[in-house]
Amino acid sequence: MSSAPKPRPKYYDLNLAHLPPPGLVSILHRVSGLALFFPILPLLLYALQQTLGSEAGWTHWKEVFSRPLVKLVLLAVVWLYAHHFWAGIRYLFLDVHVGIEKQPARTTAVVVLVLGVLTTALVGWCIW
Amino acid sequence: MVKRYTKNPVGAHYGVGDWLLQRLTAIVMAAYTVGMVACLLWHVPSSYADWKAIFSGSLARLATMVFLLALLYHAWVGMRDIVMDYLKPAGLRLVVEAGIALVLIGYAVWGASILWGMR
Repeated sequence: MSSAPKPRPKYYDLNLAHLPPPGLVSILHRVSGLALFFPILPLLLYALQQTLGSEAGWTHWKEVFSRPLVKLVLLAVVWLYAHHFWAGIRYLFLDVHVGIEKQPARTTAVVVLVLGVLTTALVGWCIW
Repeated sequence: MVKRYTKNPVGAHYGVGDWLLQRLTAIVMAAYTVGMVACLLWHVPSSYADWKAIFSGSLARLATMVFLLALLYHAWVGMRDIVMDYLKPAGLRLVVEAGIALVLIGYAVWGASILWGMR
C-alpha cells in the first residue's frame, strides 16, 4: 500500500476573458510593461532621434505617421501606455489601501480598462 | 548555552527599497506624461522648428532625462519581477538580467545623446 498521493489533474484556465477584471488589469499591466520596455521604447527613441536630428527626418516621419496603418500601430502603442498608466495609478491607491476591498477593487479595475480605451479613442480622434 | 539566532531570516531587504522606488519613479513618470501631453496640446508642433523648440529648453531636456532615468529604474524592477516569475534556471536568469540592465543603460545613454547632441 502506497501513501504517495495520486497526481491531481491540473487545469489552467488560460482564457483571459474568464479572469475577473482585477486579474485582467494585472496581466495587461505586465504585458504592456514588457512591450513598452521592448520594442516600443527603442522605436520611440529612434523616432525622436530622427525627427529632432534634421528637417528632412522630421518631414519623412511626418509622412510616415500620416499613413493609416502606422496610425493604427501608434494607437496600439498609445493604448499600451495608457493602460499601464491608469493601472499603475490604481496600484498606487491600492498600496495605501484605498479601494482594497473586493467590490471596489473590481469596480476600479473596470474603470481602468475603460479609461485605457477612452484615452486611446481620444488620441485617435485627435490624430485622425 | 545555545546562542539564539536573533535576526529574522527574511532576505537582504533590498526588495522594500526597490518596491518604494518603483512607486516613486512611477509618480515622476506620470507627472512628466501629464506635463508633456499638456505642453503638446498647448502648442501643437506643426513644423520642425516647433518640434525642436519643445526640446531645446534646458528644463524640457532635464525633465526628459529625469523621465528616462526614472524609467530605467522602474523598468529594471518590473523586468526583474517578470524574469523571477518565469525564468527559473539561475544561469539563464543571470544572462537575461544582465542583458536587460545593459539595454536599459543603453537607452539612457542614447536618450542623453539625442537630447544634448541635437544641433
